[in-house]
Amino acid sequence: MKKKGLWLSLALVFGFTLSGCNSDSASNNGQKEDQSASKGHEKLEIFSWWTGAGEEDGLKALLKLFQEKYPDIPVENAAVAGGAGTNAKAVLASRMQGNDPPATFQVHGGAELNEGWVAAGKMEPLNDLYEKEGWMDKFPKSLIDMVSKDGKIYSVPVNIHRGNVLWYNKKIFAENGLEPPKTFDEFFQVAEKLKAKGITPLALGDKEPWTATHIFETVLLGTLGTEDYKKLWTGELSFDDPKVKEAVNTFKKMLNYVNEDHSSRNWQDAAQLVGKGEAAMNIMGDWVKGYFVNDLKLKVNEDFGYVPTPNTEGKFMVITDTFGLPKGVKNPDDVKKFLAVLGSVEGQDTFNPLKGSIPARIDADLSKYDEYGKQTIQDFKTAELAPSLAHGSAAPEGFVTKVNQAVNIFVTQKDTKTFIDTLVSASAELKK
Amino acid sequence: METVKTVSERSVTVVPAPRKKRKWTVDHWLAAAFLTPSVVLIFIFVYGFIGWTGYVSLSNWNSLVPDLSFAGLKNYIYLFHDFRFQADLRNTLVFTILFIGVVIVLGQLLAILLDQKLRGESIFRNIFFFPMALSFVVTGVVWQWLLNPSTGVNLFLKKFGLDSKWYTDTTILGGFHLGNIEFGVPVAIVAVVIAAVWQMTGFAVAMYLAGLRAIPEEVREAARMDGATELQIYRKIIIPLLRPITVSVIIIMAHISLKIFDLIYAMTGPGANFVTDVPGVYMFETTFRGNYYANGAAIAMIMLLSVAIFIVPYLISSRKGGS
Repeated sequence: MKKKGLWLSLALVFGFTLSGCNSDSASNNGQKEDQSASKGHEKLEIFSWWTGAGEEDGLKALLKLFQEKYPDIPVENAAVAGGAGTNAKAVLASRMQGNDPPATFQVHGGAELNEGWVAAGKMEPLNDLYEKEGWMDKFPKSLIDMVSKDGKIYSVPVNIHRGNVLWYNKKIFAENGLEPPKTFDEFFQVAEKLKAKGITPLALGDKEPWTATHIFETVLLGTLGTEDYKKLWTGELSFDDPKVKEAVNTFKKMLNYVNEDHSSRNWQDAAQLVGKGEAAMNIMGDWVKGYFVNDLKLKVNEDFGYVPTPNTEGKFMVITDTFGLPKGVKNPDDVKKFLAVLGSVEGQDTFNPLKGSIPARIDADLSKYDEYGKQTIQDFKTAELAPSLAHGSAAPEGFVTKVNQAVNIFVTQKDTKTFIDTLVSASAELKK
Repeated sequence: METVKTVSERSVTVVPAPRKKRKWTVDHWLAAAFLTPSVVLIFIFVYGFIGWTGYVSLSNWNSLVPDLSFAGLKNYIYLFHDFRFQADLRNTLVFTILFIGVVIVLGQLLAILLDQKLRGESIFRNIFFFPMALSFVVTGVVWQWLLNPSTGVNLFLKKFGLDSKWYTDTTILGGFHLGNIEFGVPVAIVAVVIAAVWQMTGFAVAMYLAGLRAIPEEVREAARMDGATELQIYRKIIIPLLRPITVSVIIIMAHISLKIFDLIYAMTGPGANFVTDVPGVYMFETTFRGNYYANGAAIAMIMLLSVAIFIVPYLISSRKGGS
């Protein structure tokens, strides 16, 4: 009897919660249909994980611009909060698999798009849109390649972040008479001098292990060069190549110079060490600039300086956010109108200065960007572009999570052989 | 034989007086009408999905494209060879033992102290119980700050020459090599145990206090008459009488600690070298970051089994006791 009572009460509780959920979602659906019906256009749901300070402003400005151009097409900001898009990606995956795609969604150019959604047959090609808008020579060719598979273009890049940047505290470098390092040898000389003076040379915050992977990929790029670096992700170059081993050993040596409490910090906490003068250098993408300027109120080239990470002068680790057209949306023409605004000079110059990134187009208005932005736009035009691994452009996400796990173990154990063995066995996935 | 049995059964149901047959009244129908939807939903959304998860865990679905072809135990075999999962099993085991052990000892001790008919007992009871009202996420964030090696309680402890690395410590106490990992007690897990104990001890105190109040005063008096000291009364009578409560505490705490996710996720994450990782965090990351759906499902099934090991015997024994 006792047990029966338990079962019944459990059943009741579940019943009520479930019915509660049902009625909620039912009323939401009702609302959506009402609104779209009244205006004659299906609502455009713009799906992203841009909920942070500058990025949300950029997205809102972009939506406002679209609204001014097409007042009769309703748009909805369907951003899902959560660091690095983890939650958003989970929501997106279940919606795509349930054949209920948003009108368009944020996706990193490269493997995340091509080996993910395109390979799953969930995206429409956009070649006609590119031709109609005359975009073929307005985006760099290597960038268009990153969002193409088998000659078909699948998304529109809206911004570019640079991954291989070494940020340094100007005051510490000036006081100790140091020059920012250009090569690994210089890096270790500088690090050794700083360490001797009791200053943490390199700030790391790998509570989320991708930050360590981020350093590792810049070391790979600096050691292998762009060509060989790219070959790693196609399986043409094996991870047991002696050059990879050299990169792993360099990475290992760099880890001797990081702050002791690295595993309790995230990337902001690590950048803060440099910002506040408790550490000298930090290797991170240029979203750090936004954090320095907006959150810590520091000045570019006054409080902090920047150089490409060792040996990557003239190389550009690209992280690009793009938007595409999923299969099965009811209003593909409206979505293309949105993508056209997104890919226009006006759209990109509205979004990027607020987000703190640079435009993906080569003909943007330079005067809208700060000192760092201007120089990065120049570098982007001339540099060799390399896809970022830590941010999903170089390889499928499954491989990236395995690398992150291997890096997380390596940072503590510093066992080169185990690390390379794990990379080799994980890379079997790349040769599909 | 069979036919004979059915005939006799039938005759039994027909023969007895009508009052025993119990006609369905409006109340019964109403109850049934209210319950049926919930029971149906539970079977679909709980047991149906447990079955579905089990099915996915045996499939090849390890990318964005669903691939439900049968893979046998491939995903399970992969997991048990995986460094991270082996570390997870070690961490869960150590965490569960430390957490339950401390909660039982501390809960019993505080309950006995509170039971001494002190003034202001209800204030203390509330103080101990309040952390229960918080979400594990809040507890995790607060303790992450408190035990942060460079900013938290260490600033205070350093004055006494103590400088613990708390959850960033990667040492494994008493470590020996087992499988791919070093088996032992990860020092970092102690920080998580402190946070979990802080939150859950109040619950154990409340349960033990209720247990203590249920022991009749006559028992103690009889023991005193026989010349037992107070210490003996507790050691030989009270604490043994609290054993059923201890069983309940173990069951409740075990299912929390075996499934723990939010506290770890908010407080430490997987930790350097996976010293604070648990199956729940691994399941979340491998499924939603790596798109290894089948691997994630396999982790979920292993977690379900590990909890079932505690819960099922309890349910069976409590049913026997009840009827």
